[in-house]
Amino acid sequence: MTHTPFRIGFLPLVDAALPILAREFGFAEDEGIDLSLVRDLSWATVNDRLLYGHSDAAHLLAPLAIATTLGLGRPATPLSVPFVLGLNGNAITLRPDLAAQVTRVGAPGDVAAIGARLATVAQGAERRLRFGVVHRYSSHNYMLRYWLIGCGIDPDRDVEIVTVAPPFAADALAAGEIDGICVGEPWNSVAVDRGVGVIVAVTSQIWLRGVEKVLAMRTARMEEDPDLTHRLLRALYRAGVAFVDRERREEIAEILARPDYLDGSATLIGHAISDRIVFAQGHAPVDVPDFMFQHREAANFPWVSQAAWLYAQMRVAGHVQEDADDYFTAQRVFRPDVYRAALRPLGVPLPGASSKLEGGIVDALGVGTTQGRLILGADRFFDARSFDPSELDAYLAGTRSL
Amino acid sequence: MRIAIVDESAARAAVIEEGLHDAGLSDVTIFVERRGIAARLEALSPDVVLINLANPHRDELEELFALSRAMARPVAMFVDQSDTAGIEAAVDAGVSAYVVDGLKKERIRPILELAIRRFRAYSRLRTELDEARSALAERKAIDQAKALLMKKRGIDEPAAYAALRKAAMDSGRRIGDVADAIVTADRLMGDL
Repeated sequence: MTHTPFRIGFLPLVDAALPILAREFGFAEDEGIDLSLVRDLSWATVNDRLLYGHSDAAHLLAPLAIATTLGLGRPATPLSVPFVLGLNGNAITLRPDLAAQVTRVGAPGDVAAIGARLATVAQGAERRLRFGVVHRYSSHNYMLRYWLIGCGIDPDRDVEIVTVAPPFAADALAAGEIDGICVGEPWNSVAVDRGVGVIVAVTSQIWLRGVEKVLAMRTARMEEDPDLTHRLLRALYRAGVAFVDRERREEIAEILARPDYLDGSATLIGHAISDRIVFAQGHAPVDVPDFMFQHREAANFPWVSQAAWLYAQMRVAGHVQEDADDYFTAQRVFRPDVYRAALRPLGVPLPGASSKLEGGIVDALGVGTTQGRLILGADRFFDARSFDPSELDAYLAGTRSL
Repeated sequence: MRIAIVDESAARAAVIEEGLHDAGLSDVTIFVERRGIAARLEALSPDVVLINLANPHRDELEELFALSRAMARPVAMFVDQSDTAGIEAAVDAGVSAYVVDGLKKERIRPILELAIRRFRAYSRLRTELDEARSALAERKAIDQAKALLMKKRGIDEPAAYAALRKAAMDSGRRIGDVADAIVTADRLMGDL
């Protein structure tokens, strides 16, 4: 049997794990796919390679897939997301002296209280505090903004937000170019390890089940060979099963740490994948049970409501203007239909609905499925708001209170 | 043609500069250090910016480009290797032209000219789209303001529109701005 060549672009981050493991554990090969991975250092390059056909799919920021489809800053190219590569896994890291003013260094705290103290510091500061995010259209940017707004800090007036690519996060903190950053692992831990940053919050404290990286494909490419897409999704799903296998953690950390993948410390990567976070240099790791979700609770299912939430945040940030067609298009980027078609043969739980009330689950809840049993854990936001995709205007009206 | 080359590798930038010189393009400035690059680029005001597709700082640079409208410049990409399909997809996907194979001198000038042409076509399209969007938003505000006036003052639609137009003329503002002010005021005042 000849294997179909298939290339996936990625950035060196722990949440690129599933495509990497699909290759390294042979799940892609089992599906007749000769999977290769293309490593880059900026999201613009990963996205361009996808659009230019250097890659067939990409480990991508979910909002960037939406922005590309809507044509923000460039001609529109329709992208599709048939599979979510993970939930959360990011953190907010501040320079150590600033962190000491807002949190108990070395341990997780109440993010609302930390944000309130940050608001006081920001008001009294001689110059605006400057925060880094990994991209204009990143979940990091929208999650940071969500937290700041929720704590009474105007992300455009009270502070400044700039772009810093993940591999340069620690350098930018060390050089004083930024006062804090919202970035994925292992780059927070790298900053902590070097003593140039202290983690003050992980993003799961802001939203327990925040959509993070996705598998994005050009829609035309995805639809031209549905069978290939389905085989790829099954390989990625099996990689997710392996990812949560405690017995394989050490092996997985070693693989991800290789020079052609993350090119980093297996110890730091191991912390992230076992949800054990060192918040500050010299402190013991702390268990953060919901730090990153790559598999459980159908974490890979592309909920249309996740795309809708991201679009809502883009509206709040002023990145898109009111446009009902755009809202519809943004939601259509997420393709639960493709996910279901691909994974049905595996007999795994498939949610019956394609959309849910985001942030609406307080206690674990059994949900309707077309196949299998599925229990979703609490998914609340730190400010206890929830998001109903059919009530976008009301949601936005409730947000702009600063 | 004034050209800016943004590359983190000074050696590669020098090779590219040489290729440009051979093609008769001598107004070339190289940017290796990324700090303060937006201001320096703005001051230079190049006709086209040439950047490596895989430049690790592209996310920062694009953010700077997105923030500063004055910085809007055609961008051409250079890559180490590609196939014809890749070039076509690249040109379809963006404002960027696409330079392959270490800038062969007979290729470079038409590619840069293409980059500039495509950029201008796209930015015209975007301006038209922005104008269409704001026209739509304005019409919506006028409709809402008319409805408010009709309800609160018990007048018909032509009278409501005439009132809006008069207010606009009296205050030297655009009718859309007056309508917007009415809608905003109503939202703030609620049922007062």
